[in-house]
Amino acid sequence: MLETLAFGAFSGVAILSALMVVIARNPVRSVLFLILAFFSAAGLFVLLGAEFLAMLLIVVYVGAVAVLFLFVVMMLDVDFAELKQGFLEYAPLGGLVGLILAAELAMIGFTWQASEQAMALRAAAIPEGMGNVEALGQVLYDDYVFFFQMAGLVLLVAMIGAIVLTLRHKPHVKRQSVTAQVGRKRDEAVELVDIKPGQGIGE
Amino acid sequence: MNADTLYQEIGLLTPEIILAGGAMALLMFGVFFTSDRASKLVYIASVLLLVVAGFASLFWTGEGGTAFSGAFIFDDLAKFAKIAVCLTAAMALILAMPYLEAEKLMKIEFPILALLAATGMTVMVSANDLISMYMGIELSALALYVLAAFNRDSLRASEAGLKYFVLGALSSGLLLYGSSLVYGFTGATGFEQIAAAVDGGTNVGLTFGLVFVICGLAFKVSAAPFHMWTPDVYEGAPTPVTAFFATAPKFAAIVLMARVLMEPFGAVVDDWRDVIWIIAVLSMGVGAFGALTQENIKRLLAYSSIGNMGYALVAIAAASQTGLWALLVFMALYMIGVVGAFGAVLSMRTREGMVENISDLAGLAQRSPGLGWSITALMFSIGGLPFMVGFFGKFFVIYAAVQADLIILSVLAVLFSVVSAAYYLRVVKVIWFDSSDIEFVPSSMSVYWVTRVAGLATVLLLPVLGWLVFRAYSVGLATL
Repeated sequence: MLETLAFGAFSGVAILSALMVVIARNPVRSVLFLILAFFSAAGLFVLLGAEFLAMLLIVVYVGAVAVLFLFVVMMLDVDFAELKQGFLEYAPLGGLVGLILAAELAMIGFTWQASEQAMALRAAAIPEGMGNVEALGQVLYDDYVFFFQMAGLVLLVAMIGAIVLTLRHKPHVKRQSVTAQVGRKRDEAVELVDIKPGQGIGE
Repeated sequence: MNADTLYQEIGLLTPEIILAGGAMALLMFGVFFTSDRASKLVYIASVLLLVVAGFASLFWTGEGGTAFSGAFIFDDLAKFAKIAVCLTAAMALILAMPYLEAEKLMKIEFPILALLAATGMTVMVSANDLISMYMGIELSALALYVLAAFNRDSLRASEAGLKYFVLGALSSGLLLYGSSLVYGFTGATGFEQIAAAVDGGTNVGLTFGLVFVICGLAFKVSAAPFHMWTPDVYEGAPTPVTAFFATAPKFAAIVLMARVLMEPFGAVVDDWRDVIWIIAVLSMGVGAFGALTQENIKRLLAYSSIGNMGYALVAIAAASQTGLWALLVFMALYMIGVVGAFGAVLSMRTREGMVENISDLAGLAQRSPGLGWSITALMFSIGGLPFMVGFFGKFFVIYAAVQADLIILSVLAVLFSVVSAAYYLRVVKVIWFDSSDIEFVPSSMSVYWVTRVAGLATVLLLPVLGWLVFRAYSVGLATL
């Protein structure tokens, strides 16, 4: 009973705040609602028995990703009013396409039935006899080690791609060289000049 | 999984490990040694790595099998596809080298991204699980997006890269959504388990998911109606990158598509055959009629590739051992034609720079008979005109379709082939019968030889194919 109530509360808040992310006028509010959606999703994970994933969701998504979003939204001078300008123009057509898609999805949803073998094949949400972290490690580093390594390669490509498309070596930019600064000796920097009266420094 | 089985299973990944490990080692080398000679060395080493990986799969003598709880499979199909992918990728890199040097684009990232893309493709052809399928597609696609925009100072190349990225991301979304529906219906991501679950009957949700998966894959092979990105990306991307796009990724994607449709969904052929039928006819139609009015040779080759993917899909629609066999022969012969054709495009350099219009080829037969003959042979072969090798590729495809009782599809395939012959012949006509005073500068050694060898191969391979036809006639295709 209590569990059903908690599920309703978490999922309701998650859906409402997800809606607010899309319709809020102020982008900063959108990001804040996004954080609320993440929190509710973390609550749902706890209900499923996946505490570790719930913690990860809060640490990684709320702590890092959403805060980064917040920074980006605040730092970039994006005129959201201008971005939304063509909205009304495209709304009827977009709405129609959306309605058709929704109707089709509803048709599938109502006729949905899984294959008879599916129940036996699916993975258990909480494996017997091991904790959350252990189960996750088992999946990541044993069963799915191949996918894990492939994901690593995908990220490597993303890194190389970002660098190759954006990094420019500009020749006239002054850079700080810490070694050169620290390694500076007194005699390289200070020169004692004996100036005769009335002559100035000259060359 | 214990150490022994892990060791055994890793052996199946030899080509992938050569490619991925080599790419990372070369990346480290290239980052620490930044001279021009070092980047050239990295480039040559990358070509060698691709060749080594191709030969590693060719000479793999151990038992094939699956690895990582069935996520990865190494069988004859994967073996053939890996050899083809690695060797065509190596060819594309060889073609690219002089261009990159001339356009000051010689950076170590180019061969390394190509190597990583090839790694993704080898995983694609070995995918035996929805997740490894997606991982392979994404690894190769992400590297290809960057390669498309590699010439970042060119507006057209950046536009091509962005367009490719946005549409590619959309197609990945479709693919993932379809995969999630398939998973929801069957409860498993492994192809064998899916096949077992599908065997018991199908329902509308599964069909829906399957259609989404087909759409996502059709994007990757640029089959109509998902072909919109192809002409723009082919035209905008630097020519050697286009040559790379048109060869290995197409091969990998079409093999993956064949595997996905024939293995997990082999029991429900009726569910997907009509979809493939329509996509095949549309692709052949778009390829045939779209190319008729093209002036730019890269756009022409783009439409030609859309049309030829249509023929490959005809072979998949046959859904038989013969169809699969015909698909591989057709694709391998088509790859020879495409590599040669892009070699020809890369030889189109005047004193002012690269030219890309078909009219620039005018009078080539008088000025450079070798190149003229090569392009003629290659155009005949890609177009499937008798009697170059490409003709036999299409012949086997249509043979497989007729065997599977797809009579209307076979007739349409022949008709579109006749229409498309018009634009291949137009190129040949411009070379032999038009005249102009455009003078090409002599092309570099590698481009020269790749073009000539590919041109010759379209003729010299004929006895081999004649023998294949003879064998097919006497013992039946499937038992070869």
